Amino acid sequence: MSTRDLFDTLTAKLPQFELEYLEGKDPAILVRAEHLLGLALYLRDEGGYDYCASITGVDYEDRFEVVYHLCSMKEQGPPVVLKVHAPRENPEVPSVVAIWSGADWQEREVWDLMGVRFSGHPNLKRILMWEGFEGHPLRKDYPGPVDEYTFS
Amino acid sequence: MTELKTETVTINMGPQHPSTHGVFRLILTVDGETVVDVEPVVGYLHRNHEKIGEKNNWIQNTPFTDRLDYISPMSNEFAYVLAVEKLAEIEPPERAKYIRIIMVELNRIVNHMVAIGFLMNELGCFFTPMFYCLRWREMVVDMWEMTAGSRMMPNYFWIGGVAADLPPAFLPQCREFVDALPGFIDELERLITDNEIMQMRCKDVGVLPPDVAIAYGCTGPLLRASGVPYDIRRAEPYSIYDRFDFDIAVGTVGDVYDRYLVRIAEMRQSVRILEQALRDLPEGETSTPKKKKFVAPVGDVYHRIEAPKGELGFYLVSDGETSPYRYKIRAPSFVNLQALPYMCRGGKIADVVVVIGSIDLTMGEVDR
Repeated sequence: MSTRDLFDTLTAKLPQFELEYLEGKDPAILVRAEHLLGLALYLRDEGGYDYCASITGVDYEDRFEVVYHLCSMKEQGPPVVLKVHAPRENPEVPSVVAIWSGADWQEREVWDLMGVRFSGHPNLKRILMWEGFEGHPLRKDYPGPVDEYTFS
Repeated sequence: MTELKTETVTINMGPQHPSTHGVFRLILTVDGETVVDVEPVVGYLHRNHEKIGEKNNWIQNTPFTDRLDYISPMSNEFAYVLAVEKLAEIEPPERAKYIRIIMVELNRIVNHMVAIGFLMNELGCFFTPMFYCLRWREMVVDMWEMTAGSRMMPNYFWIGGVAADLPPAFLPQCREFVDALPGFIDELERLITDNEIMQMRCKDVGVLPPDVAIAYGCTGPLLRASGVPYDIRRAEPYSIYDRFDFDIAVGTVGDVYDRYLVRIAEMRQSVRILEQALRDLPEGETSTPKKKKFVAPVGDVYHRIEAPKGELGFYLVSDGETSPYRYKIRAPSFVNLQALPYMCRGGKIADVVVVIGSIDLTMGEVDR
């Protein structure tokens, strides 16, 4: 099912979720953080999206965006893209670990490197950086790698 | 006589340990010989690959992806250049597409040879089968060396094609390799598949039921061994995979033994694809005109391929600059590793390393 068709079905069936369609090379569905869990549960149980392929955090400087790529093991075709926005100050998005167990480490990675909290995550601690590390290195305002040895 | 009581003991394994495929730590809780819980601790090889990738320009990132899963450099490059080509709407020439398929399928054979070799190491059959398999990897890296100039970090795929045409000696050598490989796989199976120790150590060990595998987001041979016929080459055919005949190998039980069998079967299928690609390889250009400066149009894409270890995806965001705004890697080993505690719980402590070996990890892409 294309994202457009899925979006039309979802808006017809679940008008309370206030979804938004985002055009692009990979069209996406924008969902508000408070409706994410309800939509995810619906997509898994009714839509057949049993496989959460990837969770990504992106820092757009004025906001954070968490991107979910969902697939169905039984169907062909590209993943469906869900996007959730979070504010720059204290970003928080509900965790989908209860819906897809595979989201566990991916959410921990987003928390560790991007600093987006996932409320309801069973074990939200750093995964790639060490315990006690301060800051979230993938944020745009985190100083990048210092290149001491190049000359130009 | 007082009653004997058992008590759980916490054991640290790694990060330096010969069986952990790199620098990888496990916190094991055991009750006698039985594993109660396993907590993987990763991150020892973390180098913030994604942050450095945002500093590199689009072209510099192609060789940088070689460092992710260093056993499968060609697959990493393939996923990355396909994602950039999707973003910039570039269509590589036909010959380049076939050369790419030849390279990634050779890569799949290399990866599975190494995976099987290491699995045998884990079983205590130290390095004899490993070197037996590595001989065939050696032939492939020789072919990579003559084509790309490097054995492990080829930097051969370019945005819009491949770096150079195949040298004249490549095709005869590749055909010879493809003709000889099925005979070797038969020999390997005669030596290993029916081996009694292999069967006793691998059958019904680390069983992963299909629903659990799907929930954990497992992909690749790990998922297919559990009986789920999900292969991105079929589920979302990319490049020219829709032109080839091949079957998807699936297991029935989902144990370590099935994962081994799936890898053997996948090597045979790769031989089939290679035969077709070598037969149909067209003449012509191998790249669109190369540019020194590459700028991707504004947008975001996700592109995934069936890498030897599972789904390898790149999520790229471009703001119209010479470097990516966001460069995210969905590494198959990282997601597959989450199923490790499930597979180890209730098993014996000696089976932990066998299960790790059957997942086929490369810490370079887990830790990034």
